[in-house]
Amino acid sequence: MEFNEHKPIYLQIADNLCDKILGGEWQPEERIPSVRELGTLLGVNPNTIMRTYDHLQSLEVIFNKRGVGYFISKEAKDTIIAAQRNQFIQEELPKILKKMALLGINPSEVLI
Amino acid sequence: MLKIENLNFSYSKHEVLKEINLNLECGKIYGLLGQNGVGKTTLLKIMSGLLKPKSGVCNVLGYNPFKREPGFLQELFFIPEDFVGPDIEVNKYASLRGAFYPNYDGFKFSKLLTDFEVDGRSKFTKLSFGQQKKAIIAFALSTNTKLVLMDEPSNGLDIPSKSQLRRIISQASTDESCIVISTHQVRDLENLIDPIIILDTNDVLVNASVEEISSKLKFEFRDTPDKEALYCEPTLGGYLTVNRNETEVESKVNIETLFNTVLMNKKTIKQIFKK
Repeated sequence: MEFNEHKPIYLQIADNLCDKILGGEWQPEERIPSVRELGTLLGVNPNTIMRTYDHLQSLEVIFNKRGVGYFISKEAKDTIIAAQRNQFIQEELPKILKKMALLGINPSEVLI
Repeated sequence: MLKIENLNFSYSKHEVLKEINLNLECGKIYGLLGQNGVGKTTLLKIMSGLLKPKSGVCNVLGYNPFKREPGFLQELFFIPEDFVGPDIEVNKYASLRGAFYPNYDGFKFSKLLTDFEVDGRSKFTKLSFGQQKKAIIAFALSTNTKLVLMDEPSNGLDIPSKSQLRRIISQASTDESCIVISTHQVRDLENLIDPIIILDTNDVLVNASVEEISSKLKFEFRDTPDKEALYCEPTLGGYLTVNRNETEVESKVNIETLFNTVLMNKKTIKQIFKK
């Protein structure tokens, strides 16, 4: 996995896992790798993966069955899409609109 | 798991460690960083009982390392920077030496050797420096000791072995064990070492988790230099800056940048990380 320079690693891993869920590689209610398995796979500190899983658990994207492992929530896809739509509208779209205004691009020019 | 209090050490008249205090916990992979000559290797040797402190306390798992009691030695493994093996087969070495470690796992050793692509049937003397190093790392992590000390483990390793090393160390870490890695090659081990310890001759400047560091310091990439920043370094297409983090938002900790920031702002950093 390639990491970029800006976001904390635990969030970058979380984004990557969300992409796996959206892309259908990981299905709802499926068991996902353990903290240690994923740490080994990525060569990342297990405590970092633990933070990723805590984060995804607080967003209700995954859940923990005690003694069994972590699973994808039933509603995971919808939860991720809602969160990402929100983020796009609040953070990314304003930047795009600003740049378009700067370059004098009219929305009708780019809308297909 | 490991406690060091007011530790002093000197090589005859040359003082290396002065009044060092350090606490290490189980379940962590510590990265021990510091400039050349501040005493990283000396500290590891004190922790493993190879050197005797001039004064102060070093307590590892309830033992005084320098007494070198069997109960302590079977729970510790120290990998020196320049390991040179004896004139015997790697497998033979592992089975002979493994007998001293109650939790030694021979299957794990064979698996790790395979991962590292080292032939266990060769004699150490027939292997390159890097291959010998991989063999001893594989052996160290198969002894399942509570404390593993590694001095520059990635030195001498080829490019594919470095990512193998990260995977193997991540896999080897357990909730009961503690791994301490001294290194200058922070890029080789980035995302693996956490907490980070930055050692200076007479002080531990930082001993903090990556989470704590990113909550206290903000690492940014900017188009223009920032004169107010704790640290600002020109880089390709802009500037890397470090400031106090006044927000809730975390950024990615760049260990090289962190190290330079800490060296340039020793007092301020101590104050920021004061508990």
